[in-house]
Amino acid sequence: MMDERFTHGNSLLHKLSAKVKLVVAVFFVAVIAVSQSFTAVTAGLVLAAALFMTARLDLSPAMKRLAGANFFTIFLWITLPLTYGEQTTAVGPLQLSLDGLRLAALITLKTNTILLSLMALLSTSSVANIGHALKALHISDRLSFLLLFSYRYIFVIHQEYLRLTRAARLRCFVPGTNLHTYRTVGYLFGMTLVKSWNRSSRIHQAMLLRGFDGKLIPMDQQAMTYRDIVFLLVALTATGSLILLQLL
Amino acid sequence: MLQLREVSYTYPMAKEPILSNLSFTVEDKKAGIIGPNGCGKTTLLHMMVGLIKPDKGELLFHGRPVTTKQDLRTLRKEVGFLFQSSDDQLFSPTVLEDVAFGPLNLGFSPGEAREIAVRTLEDLGLSGFEERITHRLSGGEKKLVALATILAMRPRILLLDEPTNNLDPKTTSRLIEILQDLDLYQIIISHDWDFLSHTTSVLYMIDHGHIHRCQKDHIHVHRHVHAAGDHPHTHNL
Repeated sequence: MMDERFTHGNSLLHKLSAKVKLVVAVFFVAVIAVSQSFTAVTAGLVLAAALFMTARLDLSPAMKRLAGANFFTIFLWITLPLTYGEQTTAVGPLQLSLDGLRLAALITLKTNTILLSLMALLSTSSVANIGHALKALHISDRLSFLLLFSYRYIFVIHQEYLRLTRAARLRCFVPGTNLHTYRTVGYLFGMTLVKSWNRSSRIHQAMLLRGFDGKLIPMDQQAMTYRDIVFLLVALTATGSLILLQLL
Repeated sequence: MLQLREVSYTYPMAKEPILSNLSFTVEDKKAGIIGPNGCGKTTLLHMMVGLIKPDKGELLFHGRPVTTKQDLRTLRKEVGFLFQSSDDQLFSPTVLEDVAFGPLNLGFSPGEAREIAVRTLEDLGLSGFEERITHRLSGGEKKLVALATILAMRPRILLLDEPTNNLDPKTTSRLIEILQDLDLYQIIISHDWDFLSHTTSVLYMIDHGHIHRCQKDHIHVHRHVHAAGDHPHTHNL
């Protein structure tokens, strides 16, 4: 599951403040996502690849993640040329749409650009740091609570679910396509939900007992360094020039 | 200091009260509470920190009834509670943040909170754990870190709910050492007779909603007589 394998490292991107990286990531991803120009997106891909290289992440797990996402783009390559756009060209017995091919290519480029940049910018910070960065950027408390607590407890809930399924298997439960299976799986989900709910109230109690009154006080106010500011300026300028490329 | 006076409590949907007209005062430095499952031991501790309100009777702290939110805050500052499951207690991503959570809530500055947290971890022999990820600790480590999160608030009374559940013998003896060295009032719920005999000087038993103090020498273990001989029992009940 979530093992944060990219969080530890010694590169420039690992040392930058999560706040700065979050701002850059949001801006960059937004620009890439709405861009319609190949030039702009390709330039974005070069930037993202440069960021990725700077982060010095392990290549093989990163490629696996990319492959996972590109599995979905395959379907676009299959369907879009056959269904989208007017202008067509005959390839053997098939009439392929150029617009469709173009769109599939653009989406594939965008997907990989965005994934590379997010791996470089966001997976180099721990979820905890990102949660605190959200708070520092004055994103609603609830949102950062939600992120931090989902992160902390998703493992526990997953383990609880595994314990339940194991208990069912040990009593010779073999899932099939029948009412008994549906009911059992329903019970498993239901029970996981009930247990999670009970756990959340116990956690709330534990927090109350330690003086919690609705506000998480972050301990690390990661101070912005000179390096952070330089990176922010460079990254924003580069992303800004992508917009220019798009307009030209 | 901390006292429950003639409290009764019935869980919703339950037929019989789990605690009835029970009075209990924290007066001995180290007290153990034993009793069968579901007899109300945990309910009693929850009531002592105001997590459960008694249907009848009252909770007194320093002789004054605890009624307002402010009273509760004052009480909770001085009474620490170690939960049965450490996963319920450790919710911050890193150990340091979790231990600093209490001091931050008490109004210490981030710098002071960090200092307190580091010192508390050091006192418990957990130096070097600061940046560890809480959910990746082992069960024993989680228990000790959970204890650190409470001790960081410098309580005067410590309530422990089945602290030895799922602990290996080595961590259990670490815990015994730690608790013996702590100069705080301690109320410990446990089924682990051996553990209680090392950590407490008085023993209470809850039975049918009532609590009585046991003569410690009347409770003993016969490991040789029957299979369940590890479980403590008294002869005058």
